[in-house]
Amino acid sequence: MTTITAESEAVIIRRGLPWYRMLWRDKFACVAFCWLIVLLWCLLIGPEMLGDAATKLNLSNRNAAPGMDDGWLMILGADPLGRSLLARLVTGARNTLSVAMSAVVIAMCVGGMLGMLAGYLGGWVGHLIMRLADILQSFPSLLLAVIVLYVLEPRVANLIIVLAITRTPIYLRVTRAEVLEIRERVFVDAARALGGSKAHILRKHIAPIVAPTLATIMTVDFASVMLSESSLSFLGIGIQPPEITWGLMVAQGRNYLSQAWWLAFFPGLCIMSATLSANIMSSWLRIVTDPVQRWRLEAPQKLEEAAT
Amino acid sequence: MIRYLGQRAFHSGFALIGLIIAVFFLARLTGDPTNLYLPIDASMEIRNDFRKKHGFDKPATTQFVVFLGDVSQGNLGFSIRKQRPAFDLVLEAYPTTLKLALTTMALVIVCAVTVGALAAYKPGGVFDRTASISSLSTASAPDFWVAITGILVFAVALRLLPTSGMGDGIEYWIMPVVVLMLRPFGLLVQVVRSSMMNALSSAYVKTARAKGMREKRVIYVHALRNALLSIVTVAGDQTVGMINGAVIVETVFGWPGIGKLMVDSVIQRDYAIVQAAIMVTATAIFTLFILIDLIYVALDPRIRHR
Repeated sequence: MTTITAESEAVIIRRGLPWYRMLWRDKFACVAFCWLIVLLWCLLIGPEMLGDAATKLNLSNRNAAPGMDDGWLMILGADPLGRSLLARLVTGARNTLSVAMSAVVIAMCVGGMLGMLAGYLGGWVGHLIMRLADILQSFPSLLLAVIVLYVLEPRVANLIIVLAITRTPIYLRVTRAEVLEIRERVFVDAARALGGSKAHILRKHIAPIVAPTLATIMTVDFASVMLSESSLSFLGIGIQPPEITWGLMVAQGRNYLSQAWWLAFFPGLCIMSATLSANIMSSWLRIVTDPVQRWRLEAPQKLEEAAT
Repeated sequence: MIRYLGQRAFHSGFALIGLIIAVFFLARLTGDPTNLYLPIDASMEIRNDFRKKHGFDKPATTQFVVFLGDVSQGNLGFSIRKQRPAFDLVLEAYPTTLKLALTTMALVIVCAVTVGALAAYKPGGVFDRTASISSLSTASAPDFWVAITGILVFAVALRLLPTSGMGDGIEYWIMPVVVLMLRPFGLLVQVVRSSMMNALSSAYVKTARAKGMREKRVIYVHALRNALLSIVTVAGDQTVGMINGAVIVETVFGWPGIGKLMVDSVIQRDYAIVQAAIMVTATAIFTLFILIDLIYVALDPRIRHR
């Protein structure tokens, strides 16, 4: 195990390393971070930069194989209508990522607020909220989404709402557990004694403490929401054509599996790389925010190898 | 203990009723199924007869009361599309899914515990890093895409395995089980690893080693047993989540299981099957949760539910 003595550790390890240096120390997290930046670019300005390449038909290029022959836009091949797969992936990134992000943010806000209410008020309100969370959590989320999406039309807004509903219980439970502990602390008593209202205490004294925990959960959750969205789109009850998402592209490519494998392969690879990056980033974040484990990233590389 | 179980069952019953109410009225919101079942040129008379026969002409609340009355007599409704009692259809589909899920879960638990325990034994080592990255990858893999790619490689290109369908031979089981294993395996390995790391750094493990106990016994008897509690919790959640995976796997590989049945009946607006399937599934899930509570008590004598 560890061969470093306490003194040498104190000398070598620099505390308070800036975040980018700690990111550089973890090569996997570094790659994941760069990939997420690329995806963010796709989300923000990608489709505008590519113009109409994602919708422009070119029937002479039907199911063109990946390669540079027809210009760099066709580098990943073309779909059955001769549209550039690369351009469609970039456009699909906007839908896939923005749906997942919105769902996660909504789930966090709603779950966080209900959790604070359930934890701080307790009583029958808390009981009712927790039972609702029980019902939601005890049922497979995908089936719940299938049923609800079939009732509401499969529009983007509805998809976001459904995904948010299925993720809410997690935030609710975590927040409630934290609030139950925080509300017993002295500073909350003090705020109450000074005449602070319930809303004021929740907003100014409890919410800031719960927020970082919720932010960490959000990164992991982002990955799983993206997977759920893709599964729904794949089953044909998510976003409907002509809109595109990566899950939908996999579903459409499935019909051409033996002639044009790239149609289903690359969108799936995008889904996987995005979720994997989010998961790697979240485990990096967990190490950085944990004072017990942070030394692994703060210590110089050689020292770390000696330690392991 | 018995009082605790009673309470637990009461809460589950409450949740079950909530779920049924929600599903019943949500299903009614999808619109009148009459137009879906009858030909376009059916006359108004035929339509009204159809509505009357199946009770669609009454308000939703009245339909619900009738439904509750039927359920209390053990009648879970009649599938209009398949012309058979919904409960029978659900019971026919369940063995397929259960066989698939149980095989997968058993394999997941064995593999994840072995890999996770070995990774925790030397944190930061080569094996640990490989295990961390591969478990993260399998947990992030979209199962439908892996299934399709698997079919492409192993069935279409190499012709080693059948493309889909359910058969007796082991070759029909390999791809569905592996695809279904991916996500629970990835998540469980991470849980096993971290809880084993906690257990291995605790005082009783040091004591056991100081006594000169063999390393295998220290790991598999002392540390693993204490790490089991959190493993069981996550494994239980994953078993519920496996129904999500089963929907995908059964659709892609064409297995006649409960996931496929439910998705198909939602799309065909076959209310009775959806309701029956949800009631059976939810009951199974609540029973599973109670079983997990019992396993806790069996594993850790310090836990006494009151």
